[in-house]
Amino acid sequence: MLTYIDKIRQIAEGFLKEGTVDMVIGFRRGTLPLMNEPCLIKRPEDVKKLVWDSNCGINLANYLTNRKEKIGIVAKGCDSRNIVNHIIENKIKREQLFIIGVPCKGMIDRHAIEALFPSEIEEVVEDESRIVVTGGGVEQIWSKAEVLQENCTICIHRNPVVYDELVADLVVEQKDVDRYEDIRRIEGISPEEKRDYFNDLLSSCIRCYACRNACPLCYCPTCFVDASRPQWVGKSQDPTDIETFHFLRAFHCAGRCTDCGACERACPMGIKVRVLTKKLEKDCLELFDWETGMDVEKRAPLRTYSPDDPDDMIR
Amino acid sequence: MKCVKIDKKLFAGGIERLQTSYRLFGPVKDNNFHDFQALHVGETPDPTMLNTRLSPKSIVYPQSELMFEYSLDDSKKDSHILKEIVADNSPRVVIGIRPCDAKAFLLVQHNFDTLEYKDPYWVRAYEATTFVGLACNTPCSTCFCTTAGSGPFHEAGSDVLLVDTGDYYVAKIITPKGENLFKLAGWEEEAGSDNAAGEIENLKQAAEARITTRVNTDKLREKRTTDLFDASFWEEFAFSCINCGTCTYVCPTCWCFDIQDEVSKTAGVRMRNWDSCMYPLFTYHGSGHNPRDNKTKRLRQRFMHKLKYYVDKYEKGIQCVGCGRCIRFCPVNIDIRKLCEAMNNFEPAQKSI
Ligand code: SF4
Ligand code: SF4
Ligand code: SF4
Repeated sequence: MLTYIDKIRQIAEGFLKEGTVDMVIGFRRGTLPLMNEPCLIKRPEDVKKLVWDSNCGINLANYLTNRKEKIGIVAKGCDSRNIVNHIIENKIKREQLFIIGVPCKGMIDRHAIEALFPSEIEEVVEDESRIVVTGGGVEQIWSKAEVLQENCTICIHRNPVVYDELVADLVVEQKDVDRYEDIRRIEGISPEEKRDYFNDLLSSCIRCYACRNACPLCYCPTCFVDASRPQWVGKSQDPTDIETFHFLRAFHCAGRCTDCGACERACPMGIKVRVLTKKLEKDCLELFDWETGMDVEKRAPLRTYSPDDPDDMIR
Repeated sequence: MKCVKIDKKLFAGGIERLQTSYRLFGPVKDNNFHDFQALHVGETPDPTMLNTRLSPKSIVYPQSELMFEYSLDDSKKDSHILKEIVADNSPRVVIGIRPCDAKAFLLVQHNFDTLEYKDPYWVRAYEATTFVGLACNTPCSTCFCTTAGSGPFHEAGSDVLLVDTGDYYVAKIITPKGENLFKLAGWEEEAGSDNAAGEIENLKQAAEARITTRVNTDKLREKRTTDLFDASFWEEFAFSCINCGTCTYVCPTCWCFDIQDEVSKTAGVRMRNWDSCMYPLFTYHGSGHNPRDNKTKRLRQRFMHKLKYYVDKYEKGIQCVGCGRCIRFCPVNIDIRKLCEAMNNFEPAQKSI
C-alpha cells in the first residue's frame, strides 16, 4: 500500500495540470505518529505533500458535501461507497468528481496501539505487512493484521466501487467474514441487560460530537440535537439525552452507513459507537438485501416504496 | 520554602488520613486512559500516568452544573422564583495534578473571578480545592509547556508540588492551604532544604531538556487584530477541521458555557453546560442570523481567542498552558503549535498572495 503514493501524486498532478479538476482532496503527513490530516491541494507543485499509508482512516467523502468545484478525491473502499451515497442523496454530482481509487488493505487502529504500547509512542514505521512502534526506549513490532481497526478486519469491500483511475491492481476481497458476531450477541440478551449494556457503552460520552462530525452522513444543516426552535433534546450530561442523541443518530444512518469506522476513530473517549449503526446495517441487509453505496442507480431502502416490503404496516 | 520528604511506603497511609477531612480526586486508569476520579478509601492516584485524557477542570467546573431550581406550580407560594442550588463545596483535594493543569486554573480565574464580576459557582468550588501538583519527570512529545507560560516543575497554581525522586516524594510546600493538608496527612518529615533543592533542580533541568517542541508567542501582542483576523491562512488550517467539541472539551483553559432551563411538569432547573466555540449554535442569534456561519470562522475564533484576544485583554500571555491535549485528541490532527507559529510570524503583506 506504501507504493501507492507515487501513483496518487502522479494522477493528482496530471488532473491539476490538465485542469481536469480545481482541487484534489487527499491526506498529508500529520504532526503525530499514526495521524494523517485530510488536505486540499490546488497547485500541481503541492502534490508532493500527499501521502498514503495505514493512517488514512478519516473518511474523505465528509469533505465533499455541497461543494461546487470539480474535485479529485482519493478514495479507499469505504470512502467510495460514501461518495456513492452522497451522489444518491444529491450532496455532490458524479460529473464533478474524479475519483482516485485506492484498493485498501485496512487502516491501523491508533487507539488500540496507544493502549497496547507501554510508553508514549514516539515513532511508527510501517512496511507492507508490519508496523514498528518505538517510544520511551521500547520497541514493539506488530503484524498489521493484528492492529487494524475493527471495521477493517470485517470489511468485505476494500476495493473502491466507483473510480476514474486506480492507483494499483484491485486487492482480493476478504471472504467468509462474520460481520455481525457482536450484534447477534447483543440481540440475544434480555431488555434489562441491553439497558445496562447501552448505559455502560455511552457512560463516558462527553458530547463532543466528533463521531457525528467525522461522519459523511451527518450533513444536516442543523442536527436534531442542535435545533433550538424548538429544542428536541436536552444539552446536559443527563444519560437520557446522551442516549437519545446516539440512538437517533444511528437511526438516521440506517441504510446509509458503510461502516467506515470514522466515528469510532474520531471519538476521544474510545466509545464503540459502531455497534449502533451496525445493528441497523444488519437489519437492512436481512430485510431488504441492501448494502450501502454499491450502486449510484439504486435508492436506499428507507427512501423507496415497494409492494414487496416485508413490513405489513407499509403495504 | 519548606520541603517535606514522603517515603512512598507511607504515601497511601497519608492519603487514607486525608479522606476524613477532604473529598479526594486523583488520576485513575480506566479503559486504557487516565482521568481524574473521586478516590475511594484505599485508592491512591496512579503514579504511572503521563497526563489525564480530560483535564481536571471539571472538578471545579463540571460539564453540567445546576444553578437554580423553580416551580411553575401556581398553588405554591414560591412559584416562579429562582432558588439557588448550592453545590457541595466541602474541602476537596486534587492529588497528582500536573503543573500545566494547575496553572490553567489561574488562567481561567481571570475570567471567573475578577474585581468586577465573580462567578460564585466557580469561585466557591475553586476556593474549596487544594491542589497537590505532581512534577513531570517524563513530559510527552506533545508538551510545549515551557514556552506556554508553564513547565514540568512549574509551581504557580499548586498548593504543594510533589517531585518523584524514586523511593521518595519531595514536596515543596507552596501555600498555607498546602501546609495544612500536609499536617492532616501526617507528612511532616522535613527534607534538608539544600539537598532537596538541589535534587529538585536536577530533575527539573532533565525534564525541561526532554521537552522538544516549543511555540513562539513573542510577536502576538504587537500584531494588529484585524490583520490576523483577515489573514490568508485560516482557510487552509480549517479545511480538515470537523468542528467537533473535542479540542475545547479536553482543554484545561477553555471556559465557555451555555445556560439552559429544563422543566419537567412544574419543576424546573436552570443549569449551565460546557459549550464550544466550534459549534454553530454557539453564536446562533435569536433572529436566526449566525455571525460565525462556517467552520473557518469558528476555528479562527478558537485560536484568536487563545492566542490574541486573551493576550491583549489580560496581558498575561496566551490562554494555553501547553498541555498538548487538543493536539493528541483532535480527530484530524489540527495542531495549535502550527497555528501559533503562523499567527506569530504573520505579516500583512502576505495578504496579497
Ligand atoms: S465522539 Fe465519543 S465522546 Fe464525542 S459525542 Fe461521540 S461518542 Fe460521545
Ligand atoms: S480542531 Fe480538531 S478537535 Fe477542534 S473542532 Fe476541529 S476537528 Fe474538532
Ligand atoms: S489549547 Fe491545547 S495545548 Fe493549550 S491548554 Fe488547551 S488543550 Fe492544552
